[in-house]
Amino acid sequence: MIRSIQGAALVAALFSVPLAATAQDLLIRDARVHTAAAAGTLERADILVQGGVIRAVGPDLAAPAGIATVQAQGRPVTPGLFAGLTGLGVEEVSGEAETVDSNLSLSAPGQASDHQPTWRPEFDMLPAFNPRSAAIGVSRVAGLTWTVLAPGTVAGGSFVAGQGAAVTLDGRYDAELDGSRSLFINLGADANTLAGNSRAGQFLLLDQALREARPAPSPAMAAITPGHGLLTALGRETMMRYGRGGRVVFHVDRASDIRQALKLAERAGFKPVIAGGAEAWLVAGELARAEVPVLIDALVNLPQRFDHLAARLDNAARLHAAGVQVMFSQSGDATHNARKIRQLAGNAVANGLPWEAGLAALTRIPAQSFGVDDRLGSIEVGKQADLVLWTGDPLEVTTVAEQVWFNGRPASMQSRQTRLRDRYLQPPGPLPRAYSH
Amino acid sequence: MPKPFAWLAISAIAGTVLAAAGTSAWAQTPDAADAWDSTYQPIASTPTLIRNATVLVGDGLRLDGADLLMRDGLIVEVGSSLSAPDGTTQIDATGKWLTPGLIDVHSHLGVYPSPGARAHADGNEMTSPVTPQVWAEHSVWPQDPGFGAALAGGVTTLQILPGSGNLIGGRGVTLKNVAAESYQAMKFPDAPHGLKMACGENPKRFYGGKGQAPMTRMGNVAGYRAAFQEAVEYREAWRRHESRGQNPSTSRRGSAGSGNENRQGPPKRDLRMETLAAVLEGEIMVHVHCYRADEMAVMLDLAREFDFHIAAFHHGVEAYKLADRLAQENVCGALWADWWGFKMEAYDGIVENIALVDRPEGSCAIVHSDSAEGIQRLNQEAGKVMGHAAAIGMDIPPQRAIRWLAENAARSLGILERTGTLEAGKMADVVLWNRDPFSVYAQAELVFIDGALLYDRNDPRRQPVTDFMLGQEVSP
Repeated sequence: MIRSIQGAALVAALFSVPLAATAQDLLIRDARVHTAAAAGTLERADILVQGGVIRAVGPDLAAPAGIATVQAQGRPVTPGLFAGLTGLGVEEVSGEAETVDSNLSLSAPGQASDHQPTWRPEFDMLPAFNPRSAAIGVSRVAGLTWTVLAPGTVAGGSFVAGQGAAVTLDGRYDAELDGSRSLFINLGADANTLAGNSRAGQFLLLDQALREARPAPSPAMAAITPGHGLLTALGRETMMRYGRGGRVVFHVDRASDIRQALKLAERAGFKPVIAGGAEAWLVAGELARAEVPVLIDALVNLPQRFDHLAARLDNAARLHAAGVQVMFSQSGDATHNARKIRQLAGNAVANGLPWEAGLAALTRIPAQSFGVDDRLGSIEVGKQADLVLWTGDPLEVTTVAEQVWFNGRPASMQSRQTRLRDRYLQPPGPLPRAYSH
Repeated sequence: MPKPFAWLAISAIAGTVLAAAGTSAWAQTPDAADAWDSTYQPIASTPTLIRNATVLVGDGLRLDGADLLMRDGLIVEVGSSLSAPDGTTQIDATGKWLTPGLIDVHSHLGVYPSPGARAHADGNEMTSPVTPQVWAEHSVWPQDPGFGAALAGGVTTLQILPGSGNLIGGRGVTLKNVAAESYQAMKFPDAPHGLKMACGENPKRFYGGKGQAPMTRMGNVAGYRAAFQEAVEYREAWRRHESRGQNPSTSRRGSAGSGNENRQGPPKRDLRMETLAAVLEGEIMVHVHCYRADEMAVMLDLAREFDFHIAAFHHGVEAYKLADRLAQENVCGALWADWWGFKMEAYDGIVENIALVDRPEGSCAIVHSDSAEGIQRLNQEAGKVMGHAAAIGMDIPPQRAIRWLAENAARSLGILERTGTLEAGKMADVVLWNRDPFSVYAQAELVFIDGALLYDRNDPRRQPVTDFMLGQEVSP
């Protein structure tokens, strides 16, 4: 009770509701603006939004008549944060298979796939996306405004997991962000059982698929009967398309595997991104030279597997120092607890990453890496006004998001979890709690 | 010295019981009764005085600009302007924070160690849904690199539990977080064992999936009840036997039976029932993996039926729904800050769970990890809760939040008289942080266990490296 009333009062105090301006016009006054761009952090600056787009950033901006104004009172504002590679909107309850759409498995485990290839790079997660998933609301109120949907690999499928893309978390159905489509390939120890029980088998099969997908297949290739090649006709088209400079995210941790992935990308014509990268610091120089960005989980520091023996808390700091573009993504509960991604950034900073690089790893760098930086990822004139006002340092665990905006429109700061909280925050009344809503 | 293993001692020497005059004599029988005891010895330390720190005592008190003196493994004094005897190491802690060593009541380090090889999966004896006879300590691999990582996060004591695949998974063990070649040398002296039980989805999913009991939540409860009823009868058989041994001619039970009964030997020793009988005697602390509020209420009734006490519910993502009852019944809630949604019984998780469980008078909220990553950052878990609580007008100061990581955890493990707060006479388990420990930027600089400096962030020679990692070709 206390909370809801206080919250409502706070919002009323913050926003002076306009008459003339549109719902997508907004002036944020007196904020600590973390631009995540070349301008860095601006103290006591204003942000003017019109038509959902940032029109000006600086001190003492003139206020258009009737515009909705928020007094930030020195508190930080950042671009809306990247949630990492997740299954937001394609996974409701991880343990309930019928609510999970993030992996393709066309042949039952243990069954040979005689009749159809299990390699389906043409698999595209986007049709499964449900913007009304409870996990999206939970993430949104935590300041996360976009994510990249990443398919996973399961038995009966392929380590070439299929395609995902960036989506906005503002609740719209057609949420895909143009230009972000990517192919996901999961390498390393996990993929072995799907590659003849050898890491080298992964590259053998990938090379076979690339050969199948080569334009104008030879008569011999065309004669391959369906079911005996790795790819369908659609799959060949897909691989061909990515072979012309398409973005391919390799999930891979071991340093030697990262190098093999880079070589494969070169001979295939892929534009690589490395995800996982627990040992990426060991090959930081090569990654920097090839200008390959890396998504890492900055909390991975144990040799949890032999692919991880070199995992270190200063992985992000070392990569950054070597000139690699670093961004974050979680290896654990990436979907439901996507909000934990800020904690990764904070810990990376505590272990040597410059603070501005920690913020960029949640904003500008993923936007650049997934081809949406013309719209998202920084607070600059012309960018979409997806913004977050924080109670304090946005990388700090004790900080919470106070208000989120999409295209200049304030988002609801309620989720299923805040509603549960508010219900049980109150002492029991004369009626059961089920009547309190 | 407490005798937490009285039931073990009784049964371990069962063959000689008839010759003994009474229970006090049984415990004196050497060797067998001492088996599995701790061999932990505090590492030699110099007297140390830490000066001018912000001290979170752990019991709700905060002292600014205070000193702490430790000697011979114990805390001697906490206060202002303490004097240092000759030979005392002095540490200037200006601007830094001092807390009790952190305690994780739910860890699988050593039983699910790194690397997580198949050969290392030693945490779940899922061959039967009721396995109170297994002890997690017999699986602990002391070379798990996770122990050292937890130490760098300020963890000085941890309970290693069996997994949650079984209704009754076995005994947990409390360890001091010291590097050693055997678990016995890590074992917290005289700490009671824990009993791991599990509600809900895990046991019924695994066994039900094989077409055997339990397949449902009601099957789960039938399983607990059958096991505890068996334990009641086992204990009764032993009591009858003991009373005959102590005073055969006047034992009511003995004389009421047939003449043959007096000539019977002791009941057959049963390792399963030995554990559960010790639970009924209050010698083993009960830790129940349980997510949903309604299932916690079911488990409280199970405890009522068989007259045992539940020390803590673990995970309890819905504990906020019955916070008042947990406090009233003196049951701790060992919880995460933000995990939710990975299965149905975790669907109602909220970040304010710990704050709401902490709210009632007499409460016992605990931050636990169940994770080799989370155990390194218990302080940050608490920080998340504090931030979300503040946003709804619940201001939880650091001196209160630290209780979730130390005092309350020690209480649920039955070791609060020895550790968990910075009070004179307790084990000198102490962490010096570079700043307010509830910040994401906070780092443990120095960690003392029983007064010995066993972790120094700025001195690689005071950082443990396990045999497993030694010489791996991956160093910078």
